[in-house]
Amino acid sequence: MSNAVSAPKKGGFLAGTANYLDERVGVAGILKEFGRKVFPDHWSFMLGEVALYSFLVLLLSGTFLTFFFQPSMEPVIYEGVYGPLKGAEMSIAYASTLDISFEVRGGLLMRQVHHWSALLFVAAAGLHMLRVFFTGAFRKPREINWLVGVVLFVLGMGGGFTGYSLPDDLLSGNGLRIIDGMIKGVPVVGAYISSLLFGGEFPGEAIVARLYGLHILLIPALILIFIVIHLFMVVIHKHTHYSGPGRKDSNVVGYPLMPVYVAKAGGFFFIVFGVIALIAATFTINPVWNYGGYDPSPVSAGTQPDWYIGWADGALRLAPSHLEVTAGGVTWSWNILLPIIVLVIFLALVALYPFIEAWVTGDKREHHVLDRPRNAPTRTAIGAAGVTFYAVLWAGAATDLIATNFKLSLNQVLTSMQILLILGPIFAYIVTKRTCLSLQRKDREIVLHGRETGRIVRLPHGEYVEIHEPLDEFEQWKLVDFVDYAPTLARPNSKGKITVAARMRSALSRFYFEDRIAPVTQGELDAAHHDHAAVESAPKKAVTSKKATPKKK
Amino acid sequence: MAFMKKTPKANRRSPFAAILVMAAALALTGGGYAAVTATAEEAASNSSVYTAAQIEEGKKLFLANCASCHGSNAEGTSAAPTLIGVGAASVEFQVATGRMPGQASGPQLEKKPVQFTEEQITAMAAYVSTLAPGPAVPTDEMVAADGDSTRGGELFRINCAMCHNAVGAGGALTEGKFAPALKGVESRHIYEAMLTGPQNMPVFNDANLTPEDKKDIITYLKYVESNPSAGGYELANLGPVVEGLFAWVFILGLIIAITIWLGAKSN
Repeated sequence: MSNAVSAPKKGGFLAGTANYLDERVGVAGILKEFGRKVFPDHWSFMLGEVALYSFLVLLLSGTFLTFFFQPSMEPVIYEGVYGPLKGAEMSIAYASTLDISFEVRGGLLMRQVHHWSALLFVAAAGLHMLRVFFTGAFRKPREINWLVGVVLFVLGMGGGFTGYSLPDDLLSGNGLRIIDGMIKGVPVVGAYISSLLFGGEFPGEAIVARLYGLHILLIPALILIFIVIHLFMVVIHKHTHYSGPGRKDSNVVGYPLMPVYVAKAGGFFFIVFGVIALIAATFTINPVWNYGGYDPSPVSAGTQPDWYIGWADGALRLAPSHLEVTAGGVTWSWNILLPIIVLVIFLALVALYPFIEAWVTGDKREHHVLDRPRNAPTRTAIGAAGVTFYAVLWAGAATDLIATNFKLSLNQVLTSMQILLILGPIFAYIVTKRTCLSLQRKDREIVLHGRETGRIVRLPHGEYVEIHEPLDEFEQWKLVDFVDYAPTLARPNSKGKITVAARMRSALSRFYFEDRIAPVTQGELDAAHHDHAAVESAPKKAVTSKKATPKKK
Repeated sequence: MAFMKKTPKANRRSPFAAILVMAAALALTGGGYAAVTATAEEAASNSSVYTAAQIEEGKKLFLANCASCHGSNAEGTSAAPTLIGVGAASVEFQVATGRMPGQASGPQLEKKPVQFTEEQITAMAAYVSTLAPGPAVPTDEMVAADGDSTRGGELFRINCAMCHNAVGAGGALTEGKFAPALKGVESRHIYEAMLTGPQNMPVFNDANLTPEDKKDIITYLKYVESNPSAGGYELANLGPVVEGLFAWVFILGLIIAITIWLGAKSN
């Protein structure tokens, strides 16, 4: 904190204002602290930013929509401008959505901005999560921030779903009907929960107003709080960086917030906003007027949720039918319960993954240098399996569209996806792991023997050899700087007993690290270079493996 | 009653009673049947009266192009159903959309380039309509898109949207069958499809959806077809799946391209 007790400083308006603020709230100290925060430069570090900016766009456009939307399910006769609904009975909620679309100036654009940015918000958050996962950015000290991120992702899905249900058109009503069915599928309490949620039998007259409260108050507030926690922890932990010369677990290499990142990030916000506005101005999203007011009897073909709920819809579609059993006077609809359980377990595994991996490796060190995905083959393979599982569930929500657009049988599409849901992740795991190990072998080869130049030289005694060009130390750094783990054995505890947990841990450790390619050591490198010295006259350079002390940049 | 007092066996049935009852029953059944067929015939004949020459031409075309599957008397074979009683509307729908004559067996017959001229189609329809009464081809007035689109939209959502999608973009059925998209389908063919229920489609006869209802539905579909979305390009009206794909591929794709540009080192 600055102590400005000296005589009033001279200067223009700007300096005067800055001084005024500094003397009262200590801006100089804050700026000094935050302005010097260093951020590394990489495109993949901006995905979270995209999510943040789409959330800001959501807040702005959403506020506009609240000026005109009326969350009431009271029936009215529509007398607006849209021809094929004129004179139809509908809820006030739907009528006001139509009014926003056709009669409020700029209303349709705002609705489309809001909806497209919602899709982008969750998509960017999802991609950001994948980046964090595959680079191992969730390792100590960032495990809790990973959890916060998972909570944000789930909140994003919740915010999206509650918003999707507000227009009270046929599409959103069909979506709510599915949720109602899922709730009722829970034994014993399901019917009560449904009745309380909808204020009576579905659809009731309360649900839109209730979801509206959640959508514009509780969920955005929670998202905002968790974003603040998320960013606060980024400040505490500092940003991770990719491996490169001079980049270590003890530093951050990049540019300072002030002025570089303030300018870059500020500009980037407007770019994201601009892209959303461009798309919203040119492409229709959720043409509510097509669906008509909600009526529980019709269901339209091609009724699907927005993409982020798609995997849940897919899980319901892919679940085998005829799984209902009656036990203890209660019907257990396993064709509903099974998908719910699968979804919850999947999310739980995602949330707990950092803790599982930390337990297996037993690594208590802090990690600020990111892994290249190939250097953690098992994690990358697990991630690929998870992505495949999610993707099949996701595609499962579109079985009907896949069938009609690719001229396939709906039944066969469904069966193929059921098989793919089980076999796909296994296949993805094996292929990814093998690919990672091969890439690691390739890296090792390049470090030890250099790059192939394609120049073939004939030696005096007639032998042909290809000239290999050794790497410079900057490139070498990237290829040799990674954490290597070896499988651990189950050890007895203080009582001399090998516990089940210890055995499990050792089994998992073997699963993770049995197939491994160790990073090149200094000794190996020296030996390799010695062998080549006869052929190659390129100057040898001292290698900087992670064990050697790296030079400061 | 005085009449009953006069006869000695008042409680005995007259020998003519049975005959009377039977005669009444016969008259009722026959008359009723005649009345019903009369209305059907009326419906069949109200659109056009075919000439003998047309019927003769139609029979020739039928024998040359249809009889191999439908039988030389249109009685049907194991390969194709009977056409007796399907009416002119059915023939016109199937042939004028190119579905008939069918070329390959598959989950369902799809529309393809029409094989016959309008006169030939009318002739075949004329011939089939002489086999037995059936739904007639609607008049231009019946299919004009000047009904109530609000009512039509509601009827469409209740009766048609579960297969054809809320704006007629089409949808999947089981085993490779599908409800086709209705965009670009001629009004009379929409009407005839409702009336005759081709392939997997149910029949919406005039008791189920009155001619007025059908007209309203056509009005709604034609409104949707001729009024593009107020919100910009429609992404085929296929709903959230296409929107999600678009968001991932184009919006996120564009933004990632920009992040790569921003993250690139300035050289």
